[in-house]
Amino acid sequence: MTAETRMPVLEIENLCISYYTRAGEIPAVVDYNLTIYEGESVGIVGESGCGKSTVAMAIMRYMGSNGGIVGGSIKFKGRDITHMSDEELRQMRGSEIAMIYQEPMAALNPSLTIGAQLMEVPIIHEGVSEKEAYERSRDMLSDVKLPDADRVMAAYPHQISGGQQQRVVIAMALLSKPALLLLDEPTTALDVTVEAGIIELIAEIASRFGTAQIFISHNLGLVRETCDRICVMYSGEAVETGTIDDVFNRMRHPYTRGLFGAIPLPSANKNDRPLVAIPGQLPLPHERPDGCNFGPRCEYFDAGRCGSGTIAMRAVPDSPNPHETRCARFEQIDWDKRPNLGKVNEPIELGDTVLKIDNMRKYYELHDHSIKAMLSGKGTRYVKANETLSFEARKAEIVAIVGESGCGKSTFAKVLMGLETATEGKIIFNNHEIQDTEVQLRPREQVSSLQMVFQNPNDTLNPSMTVGSQISRVIRKFGVESDPDKVHDRVMRLLDLVKLPRDFYYRRPRQLSGGQKQRVGVARAFAGHPSMVIADEPLSALDVSVQAAVTELLMDIQRDYGTTLLFISHDLSVVRYLADRVVVMYLGQIMEQGTTEEIFAPPYHPYTEALLSAVPIADTTVGKRKIVLEGNLPSVVNPPIGCPFHTRCPRKIGKICEDERPPVLSDGDGHKIACHIALDELRKIEPVFFTVKPPPPSDGEGATTAVGAE
Amino acid sequence: MTATDSFAEPLPEREAALVRFLKSFALIRESGVGMVGVGIVVGWVLIAIFASLLAPFDPNATILPYQRPGAVDPATGMTFWFGTDQIGRDILSRIIWGGQRVLIYGPIATICAYAVGILMGLAAGYFRGWWDSILSRVADIILSFPIFVLYVIVISTFGASGLNIVLAIVFASAPGIMRIVRGLTLDLRNRDYVAAAQTRGESPLRIMFVEILPNARGPLIVDACLRLGYVTITIGTLGFLGLGLPPPDPDWGGMVNEGRAMALAFPHMTVIPCLAISSLVLGLNLMADGLREISIRD
Repeated sequence: MTAETRMPVLEIENLCISYYTRAGEIPAVVDYNLTIYEGESVGIVGESGCGKSTVAMAIMRYMGSNGGIVGGSIKFKGRDITHMSDEELRQMRGSEIAMIYQEPMAALNPSLTIGAQLMEVPIIHEGVSEKEAYERSRDMLSDVKLPDADRVMAAYPHQISGGQQQRVVIAMALLSKPALLLLDEPTTALDVTVEAGIIELIAEIASRFGTAQIFISHNLGLVRETCDRICVMYSGEAVETGTIDDVFNRMRHPYTRGLFGAIPLPSANKNDRPLVAIPGQLPLPHERPDGCNFGPRCEYFDAGRCGSGTIAMRAVPDSPNPHETRCARFEQIDWDKRPNLGKVNEPIELGDTVLKIDNMRKYYELHDHSIKAMLSGKGTRYVKANETLSFEARKAEIVAIVGESGCGKSTFAKVLMGLETATEGKIIFNNHEIQDTEVQLRPREQVSSLQMVFQNPNDTLNPSMTVGSQISRVIRKFGVESDPDKVHDRVMRLLDLVKLPRDFYYRRPRQLSGGQKQRVGVARAFAGHPSMVIADEPLSALDVSVQAAVTELLMDIQRDYGTTLLFISHDLSVVRYLADRVVVMYLGQIMEQGTTEEIFAPPYHPYTEALLSAVPIADTTVGKRKIVLEGNLPSVVNPPIGCPFHTRCPRKIGKICEDERPPVLSDGDGHKIACHIALDELRKIEPVFFTVKPPPPSDGEGATTAVGAE
Repeated sequence: MTATDSFAEPLPEREAALVRFLKSFALIRESGVGMVGVGIVVGWVLIAIFASLLAPFDPNATILPYQRPGAVDPATGMTFWFGTDQIGRDILSRIIWGGQRVLIYGPIATICAYAVGILMGLAAGYFRGWWDSILSRVADIILSFPIFVLYVIVISTFGASGLNIVLAIVFASAPGIMRIVRGLTLDLRNRDYVAAAQTRGESPLRIMFVEILPNARGPLIVDACLRLGYVTITIGTLGFLGLGLPPPDPDWGGMVNEGRAMALAFPHMTVIPCLAISSLVLGLNLMADGLREISIRD
């Protein structure tokens, strides 16, 4: 490594940042060190509230009125930012350090054209002429791979898609040729296939423009794909820093290892290698324990060594590259032994068919009341939210519905729950046709046997009712129990079931953390002994370590009750981990369905292939073929004729894809692909995932399994 | 998991709903402006409650006309702190009893207006479709009338009485409240907990009143404080126009009107009731500001 000969762009030393609130001074970041050299990308990873965004804000010195740097220094190209005047800061921000935020729409001014906003950058910072500014802006748009740069220059932000907006924001940041680029969760608001394109672009920036980057994310997989080095943060401190290879394969901090155990890596398996959640939760900033912040959640906690004083970052010996950890006991821990394997489960027997969807369609009418539309007789258009869906789910089976936004998965859930009625086709649930019956007209047994877990933990519970009253309402409503004492008893047992303390009965939702609220949501769904539960993205709003806990909880209960679980998600790594069968949807249609193994191995539908390739994988032993989709998700109001995917399909074979609906090819045993390409051709496609190198011999045998065929 | 997931907090006592509701108001202590407002309003409420003890004279008794503030009644030796009016009634006593009127009819009218507005707003926002179209159009029509023409029409048709004042105010303010409730409902009906209630087959009535309404209470309470202020002004204005409570009962607006002719010679007859009205309205507005401040903070 020639790091020492290069010039450091940014040196952060012993940085301490505090916020001042009604509760007093709250240290947000403590003793933080980071050095970044030219052209280097460093990922900062951590769960929400760990201080990663605060570090980014401090580098910009953009802290808000109640925050302040209380110690240490931030040197940018040798100049200390902490002592700069407002004028110097203004010069530096935007021209030498640029920042990219999570929400591209919020970063662009909706009332100015994109061209005007881009041109502003060189005009203000370098005083160039308008003509030159236009040309540089347009060239930069081509550099961030926006097709038709002239059109984009003249467009307003709302006229282009979210992925394109984020590219514009990146272009804007790069226009001033910054020495340092800060990216704060730049892809969190985007769809997976769009994210893949942005990530590819970000990964190229450093080499193409020589820009140093700080990439802030909660997703280890994304960091692996974009960064050279990683800094893991926990509760306001960096707990481990090093190269991607060191930290991913030779981690030396229990929290880092906990994180890797909690994410569904390709090597995880719901039966014999389940996810292991990190016990407990992140301490609040003013309730941090003495000594090691991670101590109370660490299985190697030793009160004598970890329980008091400050624990300093120490270099890991025998490492060719700088690798530091904030663990006082890392020498004593056997890092090769996989800790606490979780419990091993027997695969469950699937029962009879519980749910059968037969050519179900759901169209929404859109009325156009303009005179022109009425005259031409096109007053009513249809949004084809679901187009001829057909699939089945069996007792105790976990069926995942996968797709990006606008694919119709949530509409399907609404029809199934009876919040909407189907336009055509049948839904047969426990031998009853329910497609035309609204939920209020359904018999009580039917309603109670079909329940739902919702996406947003902050929205799933009524904020003005206690946890106990919300669960007991379900029990009384479904007639499980009516005697107040027995209802109370049953709520207590449900709280036990979802592993929440019993005194949560009297709590209000705002006193609960996100994961706890989601547990209450699970308890509520299972209160009436449903035979089927629909979980609509139940994990996507949760932190990594909490996700693992909720996933395991959901699966434990599902297993014990023999419930059929319909798991709606866009995250293929979770789906691969827990689902028995997968249904892939695109623009309201099923593109492919089959068992999880079939979906994750060729023959693939080209869309499935692209989706798989877009999954960020935090396992350095797994490589993948890069497929980045061109173009944007088409609108559901005006979907492409023929195959809905033809506008973005990298394997499009010709006019037939544009004109004709693809036939459903059957690869035996329920594996169905809707594509014009012959099955034999699809079979020849190489797997998306492959093993890069044999994993360290000590890592157990599970990790050697090829990803596609487990 | 169980042990580590719990907080180190003691088990909270089960509190009565009312206590909890009042406790949320206690937060207003953190807002200085709000506390000034609470002080003024509570002061007026106490005066209204203990009117019979505090008022030195019978408010309708004619004693000595045209006494300036501080004059002494030669018959009893008691002071007219705020003077007397043109027919010799003690202004302080009339202010005190008039406050009681305002603080009875104002809240009654506001509560009734809220009852109607909430029902309409919930129905329009939750059912949408033609319910919404009809209710919103009705509200638009009422709101498009000049508001005082409306009052004059209602009260001159049905006669001036406490009940009719309440009816007029309900008629005029319910559409505004309905719009606020409708807006809040349109937002809240898309929350997951409403979907959860729908998917367990709850009746629309229960969803509206248990799942939606309690969660709209924050903005509604702030609005109610402000609206109570407007209603106080309205009652005063109606009294001034001679559409208020029938004489001889004390009425702040009516007192201003009666003192109008002598405003230059005896300004206390108009100024004092005006100050009474504006202090109560100011108190209510400051209280609303304080409530809004704490509701934004949390």
